[in-house]
Amino acid sequence: MLSAIEIEKISHELRHVPVKKAACIEALKIVQQERRWISDESVADIAAMLEMSTAEVDSVATFYNLIFRQPVGRHIILLCDSISCYVMGYTVLRQRLHEILLIGYGQTTADERFTLLPNACLGTCDHAPALMIDDDLYRDLQPADLEQILEKYH
Amino acid sequence: MERPLTQHIPDNGAALHLREYEAVGGYSALRKALRDMEPAQVSTLVKEANLKGRGGAGFATGMKWSFVPMNVPGPKYLIANADEMEPGTFKDRWLLEGNPHQLLEGMILASYAIQATDAFVFLRWAYKDAAREMRQAIADAYTAGYLGKNILGSDFSLEMQLHTGVGRYMCGEETALLNSLEGKRATPRAKPPFPQVSGLFGKPTIVNNVETLSWISHIVNNGEAWFKSLSHTADGGTKIYGVSGRVNKPGAWELPMGITMRELLEEHAGGMRNGYRFRGALPGGASTDFLTDAHLDVKMDFAGVAAAGSRLGTGTMVVLDDHTCPVGFVHNLEHFFAQESCGFCTPCREGLPWTEKILWSLENGTGEPSDLELLERHARLLGPGNTFCALAPGAMEPLQSALKYFREDFEQHIKEKKCPYAHHQH
Ligand SMILES: Cc1cc2nc3c(=O)[nH]c(=O)nc-3n(C[C@H](O)[C@H](O)[C@H](O)COP(=O)(O)O)c2cc1C
Ligand code: SF4
Ligand code: FES
Repeated sequence: MLSAIEIEKISHELRHVPVKKAACIEALKIVQQERRWISDESVADIAAMLEMSTAEVDSVATFYNLIFRQPVGRHIILLCDSISCYVMGYTVLRQRLHEILLIGYGQTTADERFTLLPNACLGTCDHAPALMIDDDLYRDLQPADLEQILEKYH
Repeated sequence: MERPLTQHIPDNGAALHLREYEAVGGYSALRKALRDMEPAQVSTLVKEANLKGRGGAGFATGMKWSFVPMNVPGPKYLIANADEMEPGTFKDRWLLEGNPHQLLEGMILASYAIQATDAFVFLRWAYKDAAREMRQAIADAYTAGYLGKNILGSDFSLEMQLHTGVGRYMCGEETALLNSLEGKRATPRAKPPFPQVSGLFGKPTIVNNVETLSWISHIVNNGEAWFKSLSHTADGGTKIYGVSGRVNKPGAWELPMGITMRELLEEHAGGMRNGYRFRGALPGGASTDFLTDAHLDVKMDFAGVAAAGSRLGTGTMVVLDDHTCPVGFVHNLEHFFAQESCGFCTPCREGLPWTEKILWSLENGTGEPSDLELLERHARLLGPGNTFCALAPGAMEPLQSALKYFREDFEQHIKEKKCPYAHHQH
């Protein structure tokens, strides 16, 4: 069931759009912000509220890279794996992250602290290699920087 | 050297807020247009300046606007494309974070020219600072009377919204962007009808790049002759160029349109790092053909780069050095394109993963001599005219040019059954 807050926020979005369906992505963002990920139940709840089929909502949810259809950790690490970061050695960062966190791409640490994902160009290529953790951007990275950065997230 | 777009952005990259923007002449173009100009005069001025779109394709902005039907009632839309997801591209970020009101003023003027009722900034998810600055700038512009009902006492009204995306390269393609704004999957639409006639929610819509729209206030204030005088070539204005890769000073600079690749690399990016040699570069992001050291005197404007067999694209260059494997470099690009293909049409959906797989087999030593021909066939079959949108043809540009310029590297991978580069970067 959608929470009162979720319903209120989605209703607010509905005021800005000519048809209910058009709020689908906003609704997914709102629910994900509250619950970290989008479960089958959430897909069905959003579908009911926006008068869409669950398949339609799911087709949108699964299309976008940053809508998560599986449980994720408390913090999301997005490692840029695009071209400038490739040239500047992101693969060494990936290796170091695997060693520290003992997880690969798409996996979550046992304590649910981090989920590690590759991400397309973060638009900071003159400071490659780069990664984001939640809303924070880290640039000009060296593998030795990683441990200290990860410390900040609990 | 004039730098109209970036000269007021503080060196630390912090945003120019409303009062500071007004203090350097901000919103004077809007006052002037609303007081002295008809909407059509704004369009005509932009057309005469011959402003070409900075989103990658270089389409003439005034011409694009002229396709909007003017005497129909009902909503019309103006959208700033701030999705910036082309790998190697980081130019719009600078304008969004540093001078948000310059973009807003340009958007309001563009909206006035086409008589739009609503405007959107479609911003990529990753640009958190830009989102904060844009949100603040929109709120401040409403308070100051630059947005909302009867702007500056005129009879022109405009509502503005910020939309942040949820991550997909295809959201930058203008018709896919419209679908995404309508809450759908970001797959492209058939053209015609063109968005100028039937766009967002079936209403006339203009989509322009951030850098393009950031020009409008300056052109309104200073005129078309001034705009043209900023450039070294027939394409007017300045351009935000960028360089990334193993150069001494990677970065972005606003420079006269049409500077040479050599000036950009050597004077601005400080040349190659010690111990690294230049082998080639993608001149304007991931979906442009390689240029090599034979092209260093090419003028980086739309016509100059096209004559050299590539595209100006976004104007942000990615450098390939002699310690980086060209096959691995192209594999990385094709991996990106295969991941981001929207799957709507078969050549791209099937062809890109296949391309990626062949390149990977070359890298891990299982490539066959026939693979080169197979790659060339892909470059042809996924090229212009064979797919539904420009993603796949763009993906083929670096591949086809790498096969041409770095052929011996591809052949060496097959002959030696391994990647000959020391650090195999996967
Ligand atoms: C796959 C794909 C991604 C694109 N991404 C962007 C983008 O992020 N930003 C942008 O301005 N244009 C992008 N474009 C180009 C747009 O479709 C469109 O041409 C552009 O926004 C028009 O603006 P302009 O006329 O001001 O250049 C992309 C095109 C394709 C095919
Ligand atoms: S070319 Fe690729 S991205 Fe474009 S419509 Fe076809 S499948 Fe989608
Ligand atoms: S390629 Fe990594 S930030 Fe652009």
